[in-house]
Amino acid sequence: MNATSLQFKENAHRAIEDEKLKKALGTMKVGFREKRAAAVAKLPEFEELRDAGRDLKNHVLENLDHYLTVFEARVKEQGGHVHWCRDAEEARQTVLKICRDKGARTVTKGKSMIAEEIALNHFLEEKGIAPIETDLGEYIIQLRHEPPSHIIAPAIHVSKEAVADIFRETHKQYAADRPLSEPRQLLDEARDVLRGQFIEADVGITGANMLIAETGSTVIVTNEGNGDLTQLLPKTHVVLASIEKVVPTLDDACTILRLLARSATGQEMSSYTTFSTGPRRADDRDGPEEFHVVLIDNGRSGMLGTEFQEMLRCIRCAACMNHCPVYGAVGGHAYGWVYPGPMGSVLTPALIGIENSAPLPNASTLCGKCEEVCPMRIPLPRMLRHWREKEFERHLPPARVRQAFRFYAWIATRPKLWRWYTAAAARTLSIWGGKRGRIKSLPMAKPWTDARDMPAPEGETFMQRYKRQQKAGGKAA
Amino acid sequence: MSSDARTHVLTRIRRSLNRGELPDEARAELDRRINEPKPGVVPARATGEHAALVERFVEMAEFAAATVTRVPGMEAVPTAVADWLKGHNLAPKVVAAPDATLDGLEGHGTLEVTRGVAHPADQAAVTPCFAGVAETGTLVLLSGPEHPTSLNFLPDNHIIVVRASQVVGGYEEAWAKLRAQGAVPRTVNMVTGPSRTGDIEQTLQLGAHGPRRLHIVLIDDHRRGTDSGEG
Ligand code: SF4
Repeated sequence: MNATSLQFKENAHRAIEDEKLKKALGTMKVGFREKRAAAVAKLPEFEELRDAGRDLKNHVLENLDHYLTVFEARVKEQGGHVHWCRDAEEARQTVLKICRDKGARTVTKGKSMIAEEIALNHFLEEKGIAPIETDLGEYIIQLRHEPPSHIIAPAIHVSKEAVADIFRETHKQYAADRPLSEPRQLLDEARDVLRGQFIEADVGITGANMLIAETGSTVIVTNEGNGDLTQLLPKTHVVLASIEKVVPTLDDACTILRLLARSATGQEMSSYTTFSTGPRRADDRDGPEEFHVVLIDNGRSGMLGTEFQEMLRCIRCAACMNHCPVYGAVGGHAYGWVYPGPMGSVLTPALIGIENSAPLPNASTLCGKCEEVCPMRIPLPRMLRHWREKEFERHLPPARVRQAFRFYAWIATRPKLWRWYTAAAARTLSIWGGKRGRIKSLPMAKPWTDARDMPAPEGETFMQRYKRQQKAGGKAA
Repeated sequence: MSSDARTHVLTRIRRSLNRGELPDEARAELDRRINEPKPGVVPARATGEHAALVERFVEMAEFAAATVTRVPGMEAVPTAVADWLKGHNLAPKVVAAPDATLDGLEGHGTLEVTRGVAHPADQAAVTPCFAGVAETGTLVLLSGPEHPTSLNFLPDNHIIVVRASQVVGGYEEAWAKLRAQGAVPRTVNMVTGPSRTGDIEQTLQLGAHGPRRLHIVLIDDHRRGTDSGEG
């Protein structure tokens, strides 16, 4: 997927004017935020679990090489295959080779963010293999030829009317005048269409929420059950996983499971948590005959040892974006790449380069809500500031902004001059504001005053007033 | 490509962490951490008297939109299954796991039982389980010749038979039981309530790709002190 993160401002503008999007994003309050709060309130140990989750992942990251090699060895002991991939291209080629070896024409897919990251669908299509998304949200956006706008609710921006439209357009096998106004009808139709696909597919591709070193298992957490049919019915199961997903033991996985669903959808536990270990056993009556794990680095190893290492603790729960006022106003597409919201604004520059995503670290008010809810206690605002600093060092902000800051630094370190200057400015603006005390348009801040008036200062600086009142012997008003 | 990439990724990780390969003692320590797993933070609600845990299991399963019928013994299971099917206007027909613990199922006059894998047309499956976890009302299902995984996902209705003696407090206890049993099967499913989606306008719908209904038949055997189960 080509990133449009550099156009964040334009993207955001368009998004803010989109009434339908506003309505769709409005559902997040009840849908995500209130449910999360209720689930967290029900578990007194939640804060303790967050500490444990943070410490667990820190430990894993410090010893990542070892845990990965143990995981690899145990997958192989169980008769599975492990493919190491440095970058997106190697990962795509690896998947393609597996598909070609199996003579695959269609592959079904469970929801996987790493598959989005390596732009797998587009690539497979080019090579004549049809990838079919089976998660309802992913299926909807695949039909609409769109990227996901949220990491756990990929079609959150699509209204049910728009889903009905695209279903009518695509599913020609049904009567044209069938009723499709209710979510239930839409779901039933998608279920019906996809049932056939699950059975026909030659290869099933899923992501992984975790990898377990102890057993060589891969873990997916879903609500629909599509990931399970995806890995059960085709002859070959391919798991795509980035390297930071490994945890030492099944017990360690419990810590993350106790945090994940509560933070994501406010459930106690998602409907299905599935541990897959090797291919089907000799006497099993169903299950895939081959099991492949594609281990993908794609920039992660380079984040270790840097100020962004902690981002690798992320479990992709989406709590940060669900609670982010900026995401809530502009939605996910404005961020211009695979990962939106606060986690995306930290991760995207690390993965595709700050030069391709410069505006993202500024797409935040640094209100701190994301860090407050992040189950893995990732200091997102601090990392956004790191990116802003890096960005500043690269001198990417426009020359005018740099000049203004230089002027500010110069004057702010000269107290006398500062007082004289601010007093003059306060007086001038006060006169300008007139009786109403409001300024309708400021030439230097036009975009700001376009939408609102600027309240004019009262003609005095704080220091002036303070001195005056000290002299009068009164207390500060 | 792959072995090159392997070396490259591992080297890159070590270089970023500012070290070489871990020394032997450090690796041995990590291996110990893997091979002697210890529970982390276990919520208080996952602990307590067994009878209380069974009640919590029922309460949490219902909270996750599963339904529960309690019966005194296996002999009452076929009727419970038949009644439940009737209550939902479904034909008295199930596909059941070829597991010996379900052998009493065929005893009911009107209930038609086939055994084996599920097919897309099957409307209801009956399976045993390995454990019920009180903490969240979660059922742990193991794949194997006597329990094909397709039963858990293809039919619209999934009926799981669980014995009270199989109920544990937290997930870790289920893992301890699994380790004691030996090899890990191809698939371990932790199932909490029926399949669902909120993908269309965040409206919760049950029955996405997996079962629409999850029904639990709980055999209250713990008072009799028996202990039997899958595997
Ligand atoms: S950064 Fe934290 S809150 Fe955001 S998706 Fe990752 S784990 Fe969840």
